[in-house]
Amino acid sequence: MPMKEQNGLKVWQLRTPRSQLIRWGAWLLGLAVFIFSWQEISDNTLWFMMDNVGEVVADIATRATPPRWSFITELGRPIWDTLAIATLGTILALIMAVPVAFLAARNTTPSKLFVRPIALLVIVSTRSVNSLIWALLLVSIVGPGVLAGLIAISIRSIGFCAKLLYEAIEEINVVQVEAIKATGASPMQVMVYGIVPQIMPAFAGIAVFRWDINIRESTVLGLVGAGGIGLALQSSLNVLAWPKVSLILLVILVAVVIGEWVSAKVRGAII
Amino acid sequence: MLELQGLTKIYNTGDKALSDVTLTIPDGQVVALIGPSGAGKSTLIRCINRLVQPTSGSATIDDVNITALGSTGLRRARRKMGMIFQEYALVERLTVMENVLSGRLGYVGFWRSLFRKFPQSDVDEAYRLLDRVGLLEMADKRADELSGGQRQRVGICRALIQNPSLLLVDEPTASLDPKTSRQIMRLIVELCSERGLAAIINIHDVALAQMYVQRVIGLKLGTVVFDGLPTALTPEVLTDIYGEEDWEATIETVDDEDDEI
Repeated sequence: MPMKEQNGLKVWQLRTPRSQLIRWGAWLLGLAVFIFSWQEISDNTLWFMMDNVGEVVADIATRATPPRWSFITELGRPIWDTLAIATLGTILALIMAVPVAFLAARNTTPSKLFVRPIALLVIVSTRSVNSLIWALLLVSIVGPGVLAGLIAISIRSIGFCAKLLYEAIEEINVVQVEAIKATGASPMQVMVYGIVPQIMPAFAGIAVFRWDINIRESTVLGLVGAGGIGLALQSSLNVLAWPKVSLILLVILVAVVIGEWVSAKVRGAII
Repeated sequence: MLELQGLTKIYNTGDKALSDVTLTIPDGQVVALIGPSGAGKSTLIRCINRLVQPTSGSATIDDVNITALGSTGLRRARRKMGMIFQEYALVERLTVMENVLSGRLGYVGFWRSLFRKFPQSDVDEAYRLLDRVGLLEMADKRADELSGGQRQRVGICRALIQNPSLLLVDEPTASLDPKTSRQIMRLIVELCSERGLAAIINIHDVALAQMYVQRVIGLKLGTVVFDGLPTALTPEVLTDIYGEEDWEATIETVDDEDDEI
């Protein structure tokens, strides 16, 4: 970028000495912050607890193996609940996210000044609160159980789905939309023919991606009483029933792997 | 008959794309609009169907002042103007048939169009048009499976199924090879004369324009600087429109061989 003459040669460097110095300074500063934080954490750690870490881990491992396989008969219902929370929660979230996305996208919003900020606020506020916290709130509002988990998952997912969807809407090819407009189509027809086909792949991808995330999120909702397999995990942990705990973790692992596999297949099929 | 009266467009950036364009195009006349990039050709045809909102002036078709219409009236007026685009502007993920039938959206209610329940007469017309441009067997293919020339022919069908009285054609051949370009130009001009359609064709290829149209309008910096017969395009005129260049080779008459369309 900066070029200077030296003995008749044009010397080329990527950066000026000044910007080079600033870069080195920034790296140095980052390193200093990292070392300081490391020191802080170290000072606040109870190191004597670490003395027998190996023993404790080995102890839990021996207590937890073998998993109590017979317990599986009692896990069918909770894991079904968990999958139902994830699936229905995702569907509910998508139903609410689609209008929000259209209101938030710059090219489809009815008003950039009034409606768009509200839609963006919905997106940010639902996204910024973790689903566990939503579940805590909802358990005290609608009582413990699957319903609280379902609502928690769907609220939490609105922002995520709407954000990705409105970004997809903003990236559509405008000429295709112009072409539909030019036929004399009404605004709703322009949406159905010009915009929807263009965002369909993104929509399907977002839906399975969020479903995949929601399976994982819904496994822990039971910890705060919002139904699903987390509830079983909580009660087993409370009585230190390690063989049950290990079985539950295995079941969760299998459910998550299946979820990932399905979503990978679906996304592969769309693209 | 299309009448433009003092049509002016100033973009928000302050660029004056069109200044005071006044011209009349009688029914059934095919006009080529030439001029350098940025001369306002696209803006001009988009101001006619108001994909671009003109700043001042008026566009009148058959005594209807389009610039003064409300949204319902505008939609009704747009049905009478078919538009053909440079990059075809087909909805890529819809089938050829859906793309052609989308030309009828202005005539069909929302729910019918949502469930693709178009009237039988529209479906018949769509098949007839696809057959006319030689794409009947492609009807159920997705638009993004077609080649450039095929896509443009679908675009032509979409414009014609509107049953328009005017075609607005924006660089129909700019993305096509020379042979396909000629076929597409010939097809557009033939269809115009079959149906008595007027057309405004934006085009960069001066020689191609000369071969097919009845009248040429030259645009430069948003103003009309030439309006006359294709044969009146002399090197002096082209220099006036585009700037200094050796124009002899460009306007040499090209023989039109009989290609299959």
